[in-house]
Amino acid sequence: MDFLNAFIALSNFVIIPAVAYGSQLALGALGVTLIYGILRFSNFAHGDTMAFGAMVTVLVTWLFQSWGISLGPLPTALLALPFGILGCMALVLTTDRVVYRFYRAQKAKPVIFVIVSLGVTFVLNGLVRFIIGPDDQRFLDGERFIISARTFREMTGLREGLAFKTTQGITILTAVIVVALLFWFLNRTRTGKSMRAYSDNEDLALLSGINPERVVMITWLIVAGLATIAGVLYGLDKSFKPFTYFQLLLPIFASAIVGGLGNPLGAIAGGFVIAFSEVTVTYAWKKVVTYVVPESMAPDTLVQLLSTDYKLAVSFVILLIVLLVKPTGLFSGKAV
Amino acid sequence: MSTDPYSDRGNKDLSLGNPRGMGTATPVKPGGKAYASAGGPFLIGEAMTGGYGNGPDILHDCTIAVDRGEIAVIVGPNGAGKSTGMKAVFGMLNLRAGHVKLDGEDITALSPQDRVAKGMGFVPQTSNIFTSMTVEENLEMGAFIRTDDIRPTMEQIYDLFPILRDKRRQPAGELSGGQRQQVAVGRALMTQPKVLMLDEPTAGVSPIVMDELFDRIIEVARTGIPILMVEQNARQALEIADKGYVLVQGRNAYTGTGKELLADPEVRKSFLGG
Repeated sequence: MDFLNAFIALSNFVIIPAVAYGSQLALGALGVTLIYGILRFSNFAHGDTMAFGAMVTVLVTWLFQSWGISLGPLPTALLALPFGILGCMALVLTTDRVVYRFYRAQKAKPVIFVIVSLGVTFVLNGLVRFIIGPDDQRFLDGERFIISARTFREMTGLREGLAFKTTQGITILTAVIVVALLFWFLNRTRTGKSMRAYSDNEDLALLSGINPERVVMITWLIVAGLATIAGVLYGLDKSFKPFTYFQLLLPIFASAIVGGLGNPLGAIAGGFVIAFSEVTVTYAWKKVVTYVVPESMAPDTLVQLLSTDYKLAVSFVILLIVLLVKPTGLFSGKAV
Repeated sequence: MSTDPYSDRGNKDLSLGNPRGMGTATPVKPGGKAYASAGGPFLIGEAMTGGYGNGPDILHDCTIAVDRGEIAVIVGPNGAGKSTGMKAVFGMLNLRAGHVKLDGEDITALSPQDRVAKGMGFVPQTSNIFTSMTVEENLEMGAFIRTDDIRPTMEQIYDLFPILRDKRRQPAGELSGGQRQQVAVGRALMTQPKVLMLDEPTAGVSPIVMDELFDRIIEVARTGIPILMVEQNARQALEIADKGYVLVQGRNAYTGTGKELLADPEVRKSFLGG
């Protein structure tokens, strides 16, 4: 029995990847939950908004790389990220002006918005694939690892290696900063409070002199920022492929609903719940189990509950369980 | 079946949409201008005709007004358009005819936000507080349009409603009915309005709390703020009113001082229960 090596293997294959993935989901779910709270519909176009923001970032990264600009050990994409966010902001403001504003003026019910957002999804989906193509795109450069498995083994003399990728480090750090900033904004600033007020009670916000169109605009700007950051971090960590962002929609919505739609804290918790479940259920536990149990009991199968192909099913099942058992989500969001 | 193409057709799936807190107002669009129009009472909604969105007219040639130092009360049976009249004065629905004038200015084309800036304060009948926000945040949001120091005003409101000072860190949604009404009135007073409009401030509170609220309202009126109020408890409201309006089906039925209306046999018979 070797608990230390078991723990290192567990960290390497489960904990670190799940925390990074969870951070990406949390950022995505925060965007969904903000739109749900303030514009009052589930924005199905969120995945493709992420794809668009990431695409702009990828294009600017390539431009910088061709100019020879780099951030040394850090990925150049971080330098291109602000441009991606600006591009994405322009996109969401345009869609709001061209599409959603019309339905707001009609006082359309949320379900109409949902279907409208589905239409926006397909347009964006096509737009992104038209511009950058449907294939995998690589835009990661700089140092690959903060600690590689080999250095870790040499440093500690353990049998198991622990790899900590630069992208994972950046993901976790960025997520912490972004979430802290967002919460400070929502709870401490006048504009942030006016967003919460509008989300709570539109008519009363109007009576207090809060301008609804301004609240909506600021929400879209924040959502564009969150979506681009989430999209770029996911792209750096895995790779950029437009279609995967469409597929990400399910785990992102699962995160938001599991945590409690409309509740930002819930979105973060939900992101990690979904990420850890997906990773633990689809991980082949053979290695870890072999370390923990006596040699005679070592498993000869992979001890993998589900093939990674069923990753998406995991979030769906969790979503169903939460909706059946605690429909308001873990943190009692405003709805469901 | 609904004829409105933008309704939800009975969809109740809250994982898709969030109907909570959705606005029902069809406010006057921003960008309109006020222009001078001298004469008349301090605040008047003159010959107002209109309804919500594209729906039928609810108000028909309805006039309500309040002058400096007065309490004006609107009474009438259910569905008479009392609340609608107040909302129309505040710009929460588009008028098809008529004018709203405040302090010598025609403000008919102003959006509700601009009317707040002009010095109007409005307490709606229901959902008149931000339930998920603390009492203090509610007051802060009341003062949203102000850019100067709001703390002295907040202190004044805590002096007027001492219970709110103790509960200021509590979410307003956790308070009792009477306390919520105090938060609601306090929120409206945060802008230091020139005129205060209250839509059934005593709806759903116990008789004791109701008396207390009436006392507070009189207290506010004594500070010189004219008050326009819709009230369900017609008799009690008319007793403190300088001016009373009885609305029936969106039209002015009787108008007079509070005392006159209380003495009018017709009004007594139809609205005051003999």
